[in-house]
Amino acid sequence: MKLTVWTYEGPPHVGAMRVATAMEDLHYVLHAPQGDTYADLLFTMIERRNARPPVSYTTFEARDLGGDTAEVFKKTAREAYERFEPNAMIVGASCTAELIQDDPGGLAKRIGLPVPVIPLELPSYSKKENWGASETFYQIVRSLAQPDITRRSDVVGRPSCNILGPAALGFRHRDDVREIGSLLLSMGIDINLIAPMGASPTDVAEIGAADFNVLLYPEIGETAARWLERTFKQPFTRTIPIGVGATREFIAEVADLAGVDPDPGLGQTNLPWWSNSVDSTYFTGKRVFIFGDATHAIAAARVADEEIGFEVAGLGCYNREFARDLRAAAERYGVEPLITDDYLEVEAAIAEAQPELVLGTQMERHIAKRLQVPCAVISAPAHVHDFPARYSPQMGFEGSNVLFDTWIHPLVMGLEEHLLGMFRDDFEFHDEAGASHLGGHGGAVEAIEPASNVVQWDPEAEKELRKIPFFVRGKARRNTERFAADRHLETISVDTLYEAKAHYGR
Amino acid sequence: MTTLIATKTKPDILRERGQREVFCGLTSIVWLHRRIQDAFFLVVGSRTCAHLIQSAAGVMIFAEPRFATAIIEERDLAGMADANEELDKVVDQLLARRPDIKLLFLVGSCPSEVIKLDLGRAAARLSEQHSPRVRVLNYSGSGIETTFTQGEDGCLSALVEDAPVDQTKAPSLLVCGALADVVEDQMRRLFASLGIDKVDFLPAREADEQPTIGPNTRYLLAQPFLTDTARALEDRGAKRIAAPFPLGVEGTTAWLKAAADTWQISPDVFDAVVELPRARAQRAVAKHRERLSGQSVFFFPDSQLEVPIARFLNTELGMTLLEVGTPYLHQEHLAEELELLPADVTISEGQDVDKQLDRCLAANPDITVCGLGLANPLEAEGLTTKWSIELMFTPLQGYEQAADLAELFSRPLVRKTRLAV
Repeated sequence: MKLTVWTYEGPPHVGAMRVATAMEDLHYVLHAPQGDTYADLLFTMIERRNARPPVSYTTFEARDLGGDTAEVFKKTAREAYERFEPNAMIVGASCTAELIQDDPGGLAKRIGLPVPVIPLELPSYSKKENWGASETFYQIVRSLAQPDITRRSDVVGRPSCNILGPAALGFRHRDDVREIGSLLLSMGIDINLIAPMGASPTDVAEIGAADFNVLLYPEIGETAARWLERTFKQPFTRTIPIGVGATREFIAEVADLAGVDPDPGLGQTNLPWWSNSVDSTYFTGKRVFIFGDATHAIAAARVADEEIGFEVAGLGCYNREFARDLRAAAERYGVEPLITDDYLEVEAAIAEAQPELVLGTQMERHIAKRLQVPCAVISAPAHVHDFPARYSPQMGFEGSNVLFDTWIHPLVMGLEEHLLGMFRDDFEFHDEAGASHLGGHGGAVEAIEPASNVVQWDPEAEKELRKIPFFVRGKARRNTERFAADRHLETISVDTLYEAKAHYGR
Repeated sequence: MTTLIATKTKPDILRERGQREVFCGLTSIVWLHRRIQDAFFLVVGSRTCAHLIQSAAGVMIFAEPRFATAIIEERDLAGMADANEELDKVVDQLLARRPDIKLLFLVGSCPSEVIKLDLGRAAARLSEQHSPRVRVLNYSGSGIETTFTQGEDGCLSALVEDAPVDQTKAPSLLVCGALADVVEDQMRRLFASLGIDKVDFLPAREADEQPTIGPNTRYLLAQPFLTDTARALEDRGAKRIAAPFPLGVEGTTAWLKAAADTWQISPDVFDAVVELPRARAQRAVAKHRERLSGQSVFFFPDSQLEVPIARFLNTELGMTLLEVGTPYLHQEHLAEELELLPADVTISEGQDVDKQLDRCLAANPDITVCGLGLANPLEAEGLTTKWSIELMFTPLQGYEQAADLAELFSRPLVRKTRLAV
């Protein structure tokens, strides 16, 4: 048993729902007790979907357990088919139904529905949401892909690809698909299929007609991409086009796979000039803590480091399946990789790192709010306000512009930062007033109390420390104490404070 | 399966079985953990349970909430002895982390019920281990046995079973059902003015202050979903004061009157006490009557509050009731409410959500009360909806909240008239 307060991922059947809900003409029959219908609200409320997810739940009760829960399943599957008339169905069990071992796949086969029925085995007690989405998408592709299929490029004379991975409840998937889709079209590459988002089972049958696959979200699409590579000899892209550098590399990779000229893809982007303009100088070396799914976290670290000039002060992901990639990235930035789905552990790591900006999921947004550190959301799980009305991709050149804007927005502006430093006791700009960009109410709290009782602060030094703006004071305190401890000093004087400042200064 | 049963007293009840689009009892934890301020709710369940409470709570406003899930993993399913040891470890870990906790609820879930993990025995064992610092109780919030508010019923009946016996002879009043602090304070003032001295609320705000219960206890239900709690109270010899529920001006008056009559308080004293708050509540509700009168309403089942709220909307606001869906209809506790409903109302118990959606769309109500999973899809069909979960998360009972309850129904309609897009 594992004590869990907040979770980054739901159970694997929620992953299956994310795939089913993204698709058209597919229905999911889920053997589950009544409470499990809560999952509908993830889609209708958080993502503001205007239709119910295509899921029928058996909602069996305790009294059914003594009787025939298998019969309840068969009835639900039959009625779901009659009512929704899907082109294909996926069937499976949630955590409770897994324990009663009714075998939804076998039962569905026995009622003889006139459409393909794809059984899902999603072990609820060992796997999680992303794995469930990935496995579901793979099973759908494997079951529905038509084996002998003519390459589309042989017919139309242009290369074509599939875009794999976008799903319901994904972080900006809707806009990424539009951004990358138009990028591919501008390079003269046809899009054979986008899946799961918007694809019907009949569309998926044609998946083998593409020359290669563009894998946007490995968490959801990689298992299927690897199977397609083996089965249809379709190579897939390895670069995730988040940030200017990665987008350029992605274009080169795609051009190579498609045998086309990369130049038409190299469109306009504002990020390079926005970063090079003098106002951005104040971003230099700002410490940023990054946490999310591995794909978004690794990509964000590169943008933060190379394209905005931040310092990566922490990097982690909640999905263990991609731990190896994340470890390699953490090594590049010289930080300890944080691979955990324990929310409290992430909170402790952020408090310890004392970053000036947090890039994370909605969970880190809450952590950052409590620690009074600015934050921007870069990855699922996200809340309703991270599904914006406006076009707001993360990928491609427009995505880079969006990243620059959204990450910079929560920061104290350069000149305001200087003024805060100069006029510490300003009647409006004092600690208790809080930062204007964070609403200006509520005092700043120092996340970390003195690290040790061994080193004493001289009252004058303590007073001097309080002149340092609150958003860097914790770091100054910690650095000074470390500096003093390393030198076996018992008391920190004003000089020690400035010695430490000179020592750690960037 | 749909059957139409003519009950002794009208109205007819449509009983349905099919897909139920309701929360399970675990969801009650979202408000219970705020109500009992030194209690912790540990769900023994799956990742789904943890995800459900997190999603239903909507926002994570608490750094470390006073609820968590002990997630059962594959290796726990291997053998029962192992699962019990694992649970003890989790509880030790939790209590070491939270020294402020005095009352721990082990909350059963669908998986813990199916694997027959005996949480009653576990609670007794852990209570002994952690006595006197922490008491450990248990109840089930599983979806195979409970819907939504029945979780609170389970929690309160566990508290009743654990409550000390009242040795005194003097009659005492026990108000049952978790209420907002502001509502409790208002009611305390009213009961005090009426001259009822010994009044307890279940649950109390602190673990150590839970009320004593005995044959002199007269209990008044403030919530309509407390079937098991009432049974546990009756087992202790406590007696129910039959009354409608304190929703709306009339409901509140009748509810208070039932207590006053039990205490043989004279009608003059009663009128003098309620006159002022009743009159201002009537004035406040009247404003909404203009807007809501003649509008039709359709309830999907959710919290069991549907019947009393429907009665308020009909009798005090002049709304037309198309269908009043409720997950479970307790005929005895709702007898006074059912009498106040119009004879031709359709009450449905249980759910077959697809069929109910068909009925709802055909009826084309002015406002539909439904869960979060259905609200946006129905709005997209052109209906106006009210999220039923707000009816649990908002203080609604008593005189001062009667207009707030009406406002929950006016707001979506006002919004529709304001928007020009």
